Amino acid sequence: MPTATNAQIEQIFREHYGRAVAVLTRSFGSIDAAEEAVQDAFSTALERWPATGLPPSPAGWIITTARNRAIDRARREASRADRHLAATLLDTPDVESQEHAVRDDHLRLIFTCCHPALATSAQIALTLRLLGGLTTAEIARAFLVPEATMAQRIVRAKGKIRDAGIPYRIPPEDQLPLRLRAVRATLYLIFNEGHSASETSQLIRTELCDEAIRLARLLALLMPDDAESWGLLALLLLIDARRASRVGADGCLVILSEQDRSLWDRVKIAEGQTIVRECLEANQPGPYQIQAAINAVHSDALFTGAIDWPQILVLYNQLITFEPTPVVALNRAVAVAEVEGPGAALILVDELQLGEYRMFHAIRADLLRRLDRRSEAVAAYEAAIALTKTDAERAFLQRRAAEVK
Amino acid sequence: MKQYLISLYQPDGPGRPDPEALGRIMRDVYAIRDELKAQGAWVFAGGLHDASTATVVRVRNGETLITDGPFAEGKEHIGGFTILRAPDLDAALEWGRRYAAATTLPVEVRPFREEGPS
Repeated sequence: MPTATNAQIEQIFREHYGRAVAVLTRSFGSIDAAEEAVQDAFSTALERWPATGLPPSPAGWIITTARNRAIDRARREASRADRHLAATLLDTPDVESQEHAVRDDHLRLIFTCCHPALATSAQIALTLRLLGGLTTAEIARAFLVPEATMAQRIVRAKGKIRDAGIPYRIPPEDQLPLRLRAVRATLYLIFNEGHSASETSQLIRTELCDEAIRLARLLALLMPDDAESWGLLALLLLIDARRASRVGADGCLVILSEQDRSLWDRVKIAEGQTIVRECLEANQPGPYQIQAAINAVHSDALFTGAIDWPQILVLYNQLITFEPTPVVALNRAVAVAEVEGPGAALILVDELQLGEYRMFHAIRADLLRRLDRRSEAVAAYEAAIALTKTDAERAFLQRRAAEVK
Repeated sequence: MKQYLISLYQPDGPGRPDPEALGRIMRDVYAIRDELKAQGAWVFAGGLHDASTATVVRVRNGETLITDGPFAEGKEHIGGFTILRAPDLDAALEWGRRYAAATTLPVEVRPFREEGPS
């Protein structure tokens, strides 16, 4: 049997954390008790596995050990409530091996973490903590807040789940579309947080992207008939495939059309494009699928050497019927600029009320630059620079502004 | 069963619905109450006079201090509430949704700390 290092054990627990907490929360009726039990199992694994090697099924071992530790603890502490818990645990049939039961528990935990009664920031923190198995310290680092703040956010969210009686269940059919939308939005936000990386915390933020993709994959596998969840997974894969080419060696952002395509991740692109094709066949279009399709067309440039802008514009025309928002209109204008020219795009952009949004100024600046309206372009670049929060983006905008001057 | 407080938040001052609309709202609200009662979920409900009729009482160093209310400044105050029993937050939110739809007011759903006598 292979021996196990502490790092390996940590990795295994992180991988199976969500599944274990999900199953145990149902048996214990308490997220805190489930987490505590998994933590106990982790301590036991650290003691035993280096000597004994990995058990044949680490996931099963974690859940069984966690449950036994919880029973021990309840007997030892022997308060009335705990004795009741111990009785419940002993009565619980061993369902870990039943895949469909685990699937349902996993979904219960996902929907509970992303319940709309919780603030978005709490949904994100809980999802990363309970499903992703990230530590509170890691989540705090990723969101650039003090660890105590993040710890309090998680405690408060778990308190609301318990005290307000947020149910641990898969929503009924009539609520499912709305609740799924909330889950997808949370995963997308986690990805975006990682994607808009500032260099100071590059590593942990890359981990956020990986975690968002892992959870999006989990969601799609758990809800295989939900085309939008597949669309989300494809979208994240296709955006993430360009991760290595987004920032140049000089720390400056590289825009899509100027990226070194040889750095694109072909495996992720292939998977993303395959999912997009399958979504097209399923024919239940939605905003994530269309955004994935737009990114699939962008990725095609890897093979064709050119971006099919007319096709992208067609897709944006579809997207805007699903999401008639100023941000979508702004992104559509970028495609209009390529198909009909920067003048036509600028007319569209100038109608939008997006003065607080840095991309509005950045895109406007680019259109003005291409129309050779230099002083207006510089003013727009400066407005974008004032709103940007990442060094890479600032470096890019400053360079462009200097070129126009 | 848990107990939840459903509070209806009403804008202060004028802008109240006309008598006909108010009649319709009250009919809808009573219909929800009848349904709650039929399901054994109803605990208590009441409508309140304007927030301008509220008075705040404090005791400091043994002395009573009475001031004109309401306690919290704001443009909206509780105009009425219902206390109900529900198995979980989702069920309570569904009742809340129905009150919000009937009254067109925002509704706050808040759990009681202890389960009351059933």
